[in-house]
Amino acid sequence: MFSKALKGVALAALIAGAGMTTAHNAAAGEGNITVTYKDDVSTLDPAIGYDWQNWSMIKSLFDGLMDYEPGTTTLKPDLATGYTVSDDGLTYTFTLRKGVKFHNGREFKASDVKYTLERVVNPKTQSPGAGFFETIKGFAEESAGETESLSGVEVVDDYTVKFTLSQPDAAFLHKMALNFAHIVPKEEVEKWGQDFGKHPVGTGAFALEDWTLGQHLIFKANPDYHIDGIPKLDTITVEVGQEPVVALLRLQRGEVDIAGDGIPPAKFLEVMNDPEYKDLVVSGEQLHTGYITLNTNIPPFDNVKVRQAVNMAVNKDRIVRVINGRAVPANQPLPPLMPGYNTDYKGYAFDPEKAKSLLAEAGFADGVETTLFVANTDPQPRIAQAIQQDLSAIGMKVEIKSLAQANVIAAGGEADQAPMIWSGGMAWIADFPDPSNFYGPILGCGGAVPGGWNWSWYCNEELDAEASKADALADPSQADTRIDMWRDIFTKVMADAPWVPVFNEQRYTIRSPRLVADDAILVDPVHIPVHYDYIAVK
Amino acid sequence: MIAYILRRLVQAILILLGVSIVTYALLYMLPADPARQIAGRSATAETVANIREQLGLNLPFYEQYLRYLGNLLTGDFGRSYLQKTEVGELIAARLPATLLLMAGAIFCELLFGLTAGAIGAIKRNTPLDRGLMVASFVGVSAPQFVVGILMLYLFAVVLGWFPIGGYGTFAHLVLPSVSMGFLGAGWYSRMMRSSMLDVLRQDYVRTARAKGLGRARVFFVHAFPNALLPIIAMIGIDIGMFMSGIVVVESVFGWPGIGQLAWQAIQRVDIPIIMGVTLVSACAIVLGNLLADLVAPFIDPRIKLR
Repeated sequence: MFSKALKGVALAALIAGAGMTTAHNAAAGEGNITVTYKDDVSTLDPAIGYDWQNWSMIKSLFDGLMDYEPGTTTLKPDLATGYTVSDDGLTYTFTLRKGVKFHNGREFKASDVKYTLERVVNPKTQSPGAGFFETIKGFAEESAGETESLSGVEVVDDYTVKFTLSQPDAAFLHKMALNFAHIVPKEEVEKWGQDFGKHPVGTGAFALEDWTLGQHLIFKANPDYHIDGIPKLDTITVEVGQEPVVALLRLQRGEVDIAGDGIPPAKFLEVMNDPEYKDLVVSGEQLHTGYITLNTNIPPFDNVKVRQAVNMAVNKDRIVRVINGRAVPANQPLPPLMPGYNTDYKGYAFDPEKAKSLLAEAGFADGVETTLFVANTDPQPRIAQAIQQDLSAIGMKVEIKSLAQANVIAAGGEADQAPMIWSGGMAWIADFPDPSNFYGPILGCGGAVPGGWNWSWYCNEELDAEASKADALADPSQADTRIDMWRDIFTKVMADAPWVPVFNEQRYTIRSPRLVADDAILVDPVHIPVHYDYIAVK
Repeated sequence: MIAYILRRLVQAILILLGVSIVTYALLYMLPADPARQIAGRSATAETVANIREQLGLNLPFYEQYLRYLGNLLTGDFGRSYLQKTEVGELIAARLPATLLLMAGAIFCELLFGLTAGAIGAIKRNTPLDRGLMVASFVGVSAPQFVVGILMLYLFAVVLGWFPIGGYGTFAHLVLPSVSMGFLGAGWYSRMMRSSMLDVLRQDYVRTARAKGLGRARVFFVHAFPNALLPIIAMIGIDIGMFMSGIVVVESVFGWPGIGQLAWQAIQRVDIPIIMGVTLVSACAIVLGNLLADLVAPFIDPRIKLR
């Protein structure tokens, strides 16, 4: 009798205890979602990870001094509570948020900011993002291996950090929101060494709970996250090794909440025409332009008339139809979402007759032969064929070279290899929503180097000078002037026609009915495919 | 016997060395530059040069190869360029899944192949025999990705009997094993049928029947084990065939084995993984063949190793 009563008490205590833990977890979020991908997740080290698959996961594990308002491209302070910029635009002083904890329980301090940036710039880290920080004073010395410290980052006190730049950099705050500047704790990096990317520890809304190689990753809500009520989920399970078609079938069966690789091209029309599923698809813009590069070093594209002719000959509407309308035709390098997009500019209209006469003026009345490089994954070769047909209509005979992506990239980085490249599958998606990011590496002289991404090898020194002038306008009050200057630069680029801007791809995210979030969160322009922190389940 | 094994092992090492040289050379000649791949699109020229130096990619070919081989002897397969993880760790994590799938496939091909072959031989020239042989012909000729996708669609999507791809439970294992075993089953049924027919024509079978033993007893006790001999020896060689099959089947079913790893690495030109998986597969093939040869005399004392 007595023992039974005791059991009852114990049971009651247990239930109460369980109740309390649930209550605690509720603050950190509820429910689990399953996300699938075809490829393994590479690394979750913010200094190294640089593909669209791990980009958003890293953002949920780590935080930077700056971030964006969810679902927008508007900057806001994150691990910082505020910042001041000096009049000459060379000094940025950040005040840091107090009481923010890493997943290992230690408090985040100013020294972590310094350590993080020194680590990214250090050549031993092999960070693909090191170059973004070249305007910080001391960058040259550290990247040359002369020192392991970065003189431009100064710890004023535990909650204040001061950056000194060697030249004004209007995109500096955007760079502080990049994954590469997300804060890592020194002790964990040193503990795991090269395997830190498999054992990430940050201050983010989620912490990595389990990673079974080749199978799945589980992210668990961080109960101490510095934004109240975030994250809204308790766990996220990422399953890898799932073909996109299989992922879609499982989603339709309710086993998967987000198909990370999106809707496979072959299934797109079927899904969009199905009344049951079309409401589960959310579309949005992204900072992407698909383009053809015309190598200005290689005849016939060393002649501006030929480049303009190609711009008029390509039927962009038809190419958009080739990919089932998942894009809008483009007429300039910048995507419409990007500040500096020129709404008044109409570009080169589709006009094969005029293209033919331009080609004749350039001395190719009898036609000309050239080669188009393209990545060999669907739908890129089909798009290349459409381009081939369009150009044959004006007398250009185009041979298509369809290669593995890495090989196309390698050919583009050589001055004399690829006369034309269709950028599909490798196209520029902006690292941050600022027009400068769409110029320097892909249209500026700095990118026209072996191994660079300026595959047109277009180098206009006048425009480069204007670009530097624009980026020196770092004061927030000059922001509008700066954007006007950039708009002008891109319009001038189009006069020289080193590219054929073809389309701006739209993003389509398909999700399960039980997943609740604003559409803007599901097609967040910065967090791809979705902003995990702000998603909830019914 | 010992001398034979030693000789075969030396041969095996030479073969693996050859495979490693050829694969390494082929990957070396690819136009993709690993340093640029690691550095990414925003890297400066200095970063790329730095990475090239740290990885020893600026060394001449033979030095790079010798360095790789040296590391390999200490069990170090290198670090993946894109996944940034030890290749040995990646392979070790995925090997159990591949071995499980192989075991399932061998079970399926033997079960279906031997049954169909034996029935075909016993019911020779009946419509049942012809039907089975047509089926085996389909099995031998149908591409594995077609078989895999059809089975996935029919049994998992339409009928819902099995999960749609994945890994973990017995139910997950069934469809990939059958898809993979289907090809081998085709071969085995044809081999088993002809082998069984040979045996059934032997004098001792006729003697057994003449003594008055029942048909079933003669088939299953006297004929079947003898007909099995040439087939057992084939299983070792099969491992080689599976190594190519797993790439396809694992990708279709989302099976987390080394075939899927290889496929991802090939698409992204992740050279250390391609090298690692190639060497592990070559090892498996060489060992499979060796095993097949070593086991043969135990099964059939008429075979002598020299």
